[in-house]
Amino acid sequence: MAFVGASLAALKLPFFATSGAQQDPAQCRATDSSASDRNLVVSNWPAYIDPKKKSTSTLQVFEDRTGISVSYTDDVNDNAEFYAKVKNQLASCQPINRDMIILTDWMAARMIGLGWIQPLDAAKVPNLHKNLIEPLRNRQWDPKLQYHAPWQSGLTGIAYNASKTQHVGSFEELITRSDLKGRITLLSEMRDTMGFMLKVVGANPSKFTSAQWGNAIDKLQGAVDAGQVRAFTGNEYIQDLAAGNIVACEAWSGDVIQAQFDNPDIKFVTPEEGLSLWSDNMMVPNLAQHQSNAEAWINYYYEPEVAAKLAAWVNYICPVEGARQEMEKIDPSLVDNQLIFPDEKTLSVAFDFMPLDDRQTVEYERDWSDVTGG
Amino acid sequence: MSDFQRRRGAVGYLLLIPAALWLVLFFVVPFYSLLATSLYDPSGSDFRGYQMTYEWSNYTHALQDYWQPLVRSLIYGGVATLLCLLLGYVLAYAIAFKAGRWKNLLLVLVIAPFFTSFLVRTLSWKLILADDGIVVNTLQAVHLLGPDGRLLATPVAVIAGLTYNFLPFMVLPLFASIDKIDHRLIEASGDLYANPVVGFFKVTWPLSLPGVVSGTLLTFIPAVGDFINAQLLGSPNQRMVGSVIQSLFTDANDYPAAAALSMILMVLIVAMVLVYIRRAGTEELL
Repeated sequence: MAFVGASLAALKLPFFATSGAQQDPAQCRATDSSASDRNLVVSNWPAYIDPKKKSTSTLQVFEDRTGISVSYTDDVNDNAEFYAKVKNQLASCQPINRDMIILTDWMAARMIGLGWIQPLDAAKVPNLHKNLIEPLRNRQWDPKLQYHAPWQSGLTGIAYNASKTQHVGSFEELITRSDLKGRITLLSEMRDTMGFMLKVVGANPSKFTSAQWGNAIDKLQGAVDAGQVRAFTGNEYIQDLAAGNIVACEAWSGDVIQAQFDNPDIKFVTPEEGLSLWSDNMMVPNLAQHQSNAEAWINYYYEPEVAAKLAAWVNYICPVEGARQEMEKIDPSLVDNQLIFPDEKTLSVAFDFMPLDDRQTVEYERDWSDVTGG
Repeated sequence: MSDFQRRRGAVGYLLLIPAALWLVLFFVVPFYSLLATSLYDPSGSDFRGYQMTYEWSNYTHALQDYWQPLVRSLIYGGVATLLCLLLGYVLAYAIAFKAGRWKNLLLVLVIAPFFTSFLVRTLSWKLILADDGIVVNTLQAVHLLGPDGRLLATPVAVIAGLTYNFLPFMVLPLFASIDKIDHRLIEASGDLYANPVVGFFKVTWPLSLPGVVSGTLLTFIPAVGDFINAQLLGSPNQRMVGSVIQSLFTDANDYPAAAALSMILMVLIVAMVLVYIRRAGTEELL
């Protein structure tokens, strides 16, 4: 083999090697044409806004009030996939023809770190600074809210189907209980699942060593080898849970609330290990042409009554202070829902996943995909 | 050489240009970039960029780490191809020789699944094979499956999905070959005292070999690289090499490993195809 390698190395390939993807947002800045060009291009996740066609929808009211016409696309299905889609442009300071993209914490942190995101003008988003709920402030990767504004936030915990199995109280139970063998799924978002696995092996997901990471991965590999885990999934776990293919799973709070409307047997549990708190964040990418329009949008969605209207439909955690009072008028049944307006007690067990540097990201993501099979 | 002949040669080359340009753009260039990526320094990242260090060890590492899904893919692809051949041959034979005026309708039915998306068809298999579904309940009732038995998240479901999805690629070339067979040759074998079974193996089967070869290739190659079936119908223990490559590329952003594994898969398939064509003795096909 060494011989083959040596002779093949003689074969030289011209003009290759790629340079780093780091950019300087101050250099990759477009002139803002917001004032003359009343448009805004938004990329968001599917089913993440109240129905747009209605004349009273949050989006229509924004358009009527500001005269900005919004081109809204739900083309973000997966953080990694979206990253792959825009990577080549942003890495070489090319426009992606979007004014706002909405991505989860870790991907937001990565893009901010790569210098692909424009800083927001604090004077144009006063509502953000005034109304963002306390638990989402001071994130390690953007403590001063210079680059991001949470769109919706959520909790990751456990869901189970009470008509098919008994209460599942912890992640440990989920991955070891023999009556659940082959009847559970875990989430394919590495930070969600590994946060819990780190807790299971007694480590702290906000600060862990690579030895602890190794233990957590081994523990997960053991569960996969034993046939305990049926699949690693995105949103589709909720159909499997309703159909009875699985009886318990790692789950996102908003999905569970929506599934409960159809099937009250589906329960959400705060596992003994705690809850993972995350948010999906609005950001303005480099070379966006309508930054002020984007800032107007952020400011608008941080008005409590707008946020309440959105939360009543989306059912994830509303990141806006004061929206709870507004919800009284819209749908009083949701006011005390801990998965939409969690109190301090609920959030006291929430944990955050440590930011990873670029080498850790490649290594850990690879360990992860070796276990999950992608 | 006459003028006419020379001009005919030039026309031949001109006719090659559009397809050649297309392939240079969409095959040669990406292939070159894939080859180069597979030799990058694996300690690079998107932040730092990648150095070209001719890292041939990317290949040995990829083989060490992922030989299992690689072998599994070849096995699943092989079994699915065999099943397709069995089912497809009977079907193509029936359509070509026995269908009469229903021939065209049956052919349309073979192609009909292509009118809906691959993903939707595979997802509907999830419904069909569901743990509480009619198939599993029936198999449990006749004790072919234990009371806790299931089909989803097992190799059975993955291979069934592959077989279903690639069956039309087998049926169409088989049909084209079988349909061309001259009936008088089969009659002649009867006249020479061959019984129908011997007649089939001495006449029909050899004459349909071109269809068998192209059908098996068209089924095997995409089936080995498929990852949708394993992802939707299997569990992590059934993952195929296609999903490993996909996750190395999009999730782990480990481009050198993903590229090396892709190259290994490609070389492996090309080698197997060459051996197969040699053995089948139908070089004139290609």
